Formats: sequence, structure tokens, C-alpha cells
Amino acid sequence: MSSAALFIAVFLACAVEAVEATTIVLAAGTARDWRSALTGVAAGLVVLAVIVAGLGPALTAIPLQWLRLVVGGLLLVFGLQWLRKAILRASGHKALHDEDKIFATELSAAQTAQTRRVGAVSDWYSFTLSFKGVVLEGLEVAFIALTFGSNQKDIPLAAIAAVSAVVVVAAGGVAVRAPLARVPENSMKFVVGVMLTSFGTFWGAEGAGAHWPGSDAALLVLVPLYALFGIGLSVALRPRSGTKLAYSAEA
Amino acid sequence: MVISRLKAFYDFWYDFIVGDDWRVAIGVVAALAITWGISGSSFPAWWLVPAAVVLLLPYSLWRAIRTS
Repeated sequence: MSSAALFIAVFLACAVEAVEATTIVLAAGTARDWRSALTGVAAGLVVLAVIVAGLGPALTAIPLQWLRLVVGGLLLVFGLQWLRKAILRASGHKALHDEDKIFATELSAAQTAQTRRVGAVSDWYSFTLSFKGVVLEGLEVAFIALTFGSNQKDIPLAAIAAVSAVVVVAAGGVAVRAPLARVPENSMKFVVGVMLTSFGTFWGAEGAGAHWPGSDAALLVLVPLYALFGIGLSVALRPRSGTKLAYSAEA
Repeated sequence: MVISRLKAFYDFWYDFIVGDDWRVAIGVVAALAITWGISGSSFPAWWLVPAAVVLLLPYSLWRAIRTS
């Protein structure tokens, strides 16, 4: 259960963020300069790799109880944020993430920006747009992969899950040469939110000194219970017919 | 210039760690602190964090819907 859950949570979290980063890179490359956009992607991945390489060994040096308390708390906060967003979208109180719309907005902004050469980069705008997209979308995923991996004592499996997700999404982006608008981002976000909240609850409470009835088997209860609770909230918060909603379309 | 960069740095980390609703972050920290406090006693403490989730998530959703 734990290894499978680790793989699924990291893979889905990474895939969701990779879809969003792909949209930004596609806009930068299509509207302006592919070479600069891809250089930005490479630079962003190098920055993420340096962060992971630096943070990974540091995390493994922290005593397990403290690691579980701090990491559990952070995962719980992240998980509740992901769940909150997914439930607001599922219940119609927030606009669904529209990759086509985001692509059109980024494309329009990219087409009007001025071209500026900086060093070996022929188009600085494309470079920085892709670089920021990869680093900002990737940072949370890098943290999730590292913390899940270090708590489960299986950072290689977390890394394999993260890299697999990036490869699958990038291959999809290259194949369709368009934003991956059909990916069920909100459902994936919901599953990741449930996983992060469950593991955050389990590790956080354990790090704070609590003992779970059934030990690791408690996770088998937490995951479906939180999933049912989230689905129940999504259904309960759906407005009755005739109610007009005013929602924001933020990320 | 320096202040605006420091503010941008602070805003990035605040958004990254705390996110849309600071009450959730405070609630999680409080739940873990109380769990820590009572875990030394003979009273079981494992249920506190799930109970906090069950209270915090609907509360945060309710606030988000009310203010939208």
C-alpha cells in the first residue's frame, strides 16, 4: 500500500504541475522562440535538481520523529489546499482550470513582448517564461516527492514517479502540440489532495507522539474516509438549480 | 528596491507554504501541538488531527464560498 500510494501521489502531483508547465512552455515556444523556451526548461530543471540534491541528504539527516512532525504538518497544509481547490471546482464555486484559455492568454502576452538577447539566449522573454513555469510549478512537486520519499525511506521510487510523470506529460505535449486540455486535472488534484492529507495526518500525528490503532493499517482507513468526506462536501456544496455563481478563474 | 524584493520573497514563501487560507495552517499547527501535548498522557491522541481536518476543511470551504 505505502509504496503504491507513494508512487501514485507523486506521479499524479507531478503530472498535474507538468501539464500546467507544459502549457506555459508551449506558449513561449509557439509564439516566440523554441530554442530559448527549451533552454529555459533545461535551466529550470537544473535548478530543481540542485534543490533536490541539496535538500534530499539534509532531510535524511533529520531524526525520523521530527521529520514526520514537520513534514506531516506541511503535507497536511498542502493537502488541505489541494482538496479545498478541487472541491470548490467540483462543486462549481470556482472555474475549472482551462488549459486552452491559459494558453491563449500566455500566447497573446508573448506575441506582444519585445525581443531582447541576453548572452547565449536569443529571446530572454521565452527563456524566463519557461524557466519560471518549470521552477514555480516544479518546486511544490519536488518537495512532495522528497518528503514522501524520505518518510517512506524510498527517495528513488519517488524520483522514478516524478520523472515518469514529466516524461508522460512532455510526450503528450509533443504528440498533440497543443495544451493538454483533456487531462482530468481536477480529479487528479482531488486524488493528490486526499493522499497528501492522509499521509500528512498519519505522519504529523505520529511525529507529535500519537500511536495509531493498527499502526500503518490506519492509512487504509484514512485514505477512503477522506476521499468520501471530500466527495460528500463536493456534492453538498453544489448550488441548487437556478442559483447563479460568480467564480474566479485563478490557478 | 531591496524592500520590494524582500516582500516578493516573503509573498512567494507565504503563498507556497500557507496558501489561500492562513486559518487552515494555524489550525493544523494547533492540532499537532495539542496532539503533542496529550500524547504523553494515557489519553489516546491519534484522533485529534483527523478531527481537525473534518472541522477545518468545511470551515475553509464555507468561508471561500461566502466571500466569492
